[in-house]
Amino acid sequence: METIIQIGYLLASVLFIVAIKLLSSPRTARQGNALGAVGMLLGVIATLFHKGIVRYEWIALGLAIGTALGAWLALRVKMTAMPQMVAILNGFGGAASALVAGAEAGRAWISGDIAALSFFSLTTIGLSVLIGAVTFSGSLIAFAKLQELMTGRPIVLPAHHYQSLLLLLGSVGALAFFSGTSDSLSLYGLSILSLLLGFWITLPIGGADMPVIVAFLNSLSGLAAAATGFVLQNYLLIIAGTLVGASGLILTQIMSKAMNRSLWNVLFSAVGSGGTGALTGDRTVRSTTAEDVALLLSYAKNVVVVPGYGMAVAQAQHAVKKLMDALEEQGVEMRFAIHPVAGRMPGHMNVLLAEADVPYEKLLEMERINPDFPQVDVVLVIGANDVVNPAARKDTSSPLYGMPILDVDKAKTVIVLKRSMSPGFAGVENELFYQSNTYMLFGDAKKSIEAVIQAIKEL
Amino acid sequence: MTEILFSFFVFTLAAFLGFELISKVPPTLHTPLMSGSNAISGVTIVGALVVAGEASTPILTGVGTLAVILATLNVVGGFLVTDRMLRMFKRK
Repeated sequence: METIIQIGYLLASVLFIVAIKLLSSPRTARQGNALGAVGMLLGVIATLFHKGIVRYEWIALGLAIGTALGAWLALRVKMTAMPQMVAILNGFGGAASALVAGAEAGRAWISGDIAALSFFSLTTIGLSVLIGAVTFSGSLIAFAKLQELMTGRPIVLPAHHYQSLLLLLGSVGALAFFSGTSDSLSLYGLSILSLLLGFWITLPIGGADMPVIVAFLNSLSGLAAAATGFVLQNYLLIIAGTLVGASGLILTQIMSKAMNRSLWNVLFSAVGSGGTGALTGDRTVRSTTAEDVALLLSYAKNVVVVPGYGMAVAQAQHAVKKLMDALEEQGVEMRFAIHPVAGRMPGHMNVLLAEADVPYEKLLEMERINPDFPQVDVVLVIGANDVVNPAARKDTSSPLYGMPILDVDKAKTVIVLKRSMSPGFAGVENELFYQSNTYMLFGDAKKSIEAVIQAIKEL
Repeated sequence: MTEILFSFFVFTLAAFLGFELISKVPPTLHTPLMSGSNAISGVTIVGALVVAGEASTPILTGVGTLAVILATLNVVGGFLVTDRMLRMFKRK
């Protein structure tokens, strides 16, 4: 029987590897995802032959509830709510890993042979509980922030990072104590400290830094599974968990690089807690109307749209697609410039525009589109702010300085759709809005775009 | 001891493989790759099934069942939502 299980796990591992490989190319991604699901099914079926399993009613109940809830969530979640969906699923995975590892210790306590567990087993149990609990509580905060159950602004307590450091040291201490003594209280203490640590790490993370933290939590959820694999000496868990840990780490790296910051800096600097870089002197903004925008757009040769989190909030992606159709009818070339950290998770804008049926060839990466901006007639900035702030290039005192941005200020005309003049997430004023070739169209992005489309049709 | 060392072998190889596999991913796929790989990290379900199904105390069975629920949510939710997203990505 054991051989059958291991062969099942081997096949599942291969399927996972191929799945992740296929997921990294647009043409094959969907098959990749399906192969991953097949691998998982295979792993589950193989496990059901495990000799330790003597009854199936609780398994069936758990599978039924999980499947029903999971399917319900996945099928009804809005595309704009995808960041919080990914965040909460990460948390569930992390929690499950911690519980499985904890149960391993619980079994030994109950049967009284905890002494039979080696130092290595105890350490991996503790590690798995630590990573899993941090993933869980961190994901809860990320979810609450993204779902706007709590403020998206950084929450920074006095000497916050020292408190986090203390929690980290406390967790490691409890882990060491547990490894040495196998004392049950220390495992409970470790769980509580790790949960707090997860809260403390994510509380000071602001909305604009969310893509980094969501990718990081994704990586942690994989590592938690890998740690549980060490506990159970299960190679399927080690392989799959490590693959996910590595892929999450790469995404985290890409996101941090797009902000010109290190993961360490994102975790420990709380950008956005204070407003800086206020512009001095009298500046005027030119406000415009939907009719003027319609005119500008329809006489342009080429238009570039820069979407940001504001587009997601206003659910404006479908209106943007209609605008694209209306303009293409007039012979205007329309493209999209996507900043890597636009939105609240890696690839957020791409998902929304794909939902609205915008072909992905029209979405251009920052490096591709930046040299083109001087030849662009009109740039339409929809709910983006910090990623188009020229201060990132010029102002060494700005908290944004050094972050690669979309050079929209070099285009001939810039139209900014925005609800109000409030600064962007980093709390930094944006001089782009005061440029002589910039026009502001205030209001809800979706309504504004619909008004522009109407005006184009009436031209 | 050799068993433990062997786990580290597997871990190290998997880590290198992971970095190699996805060093180049187009930004369009960042979200689906994340949610798809997230579903795969729900593989911990394999451990949860054993805890929920073995003969032990009610508390452990409860912990196991809770772990099965959470891991299944992660797996089913993750794969389905990824598929929903990927269905939308199409060429003109």
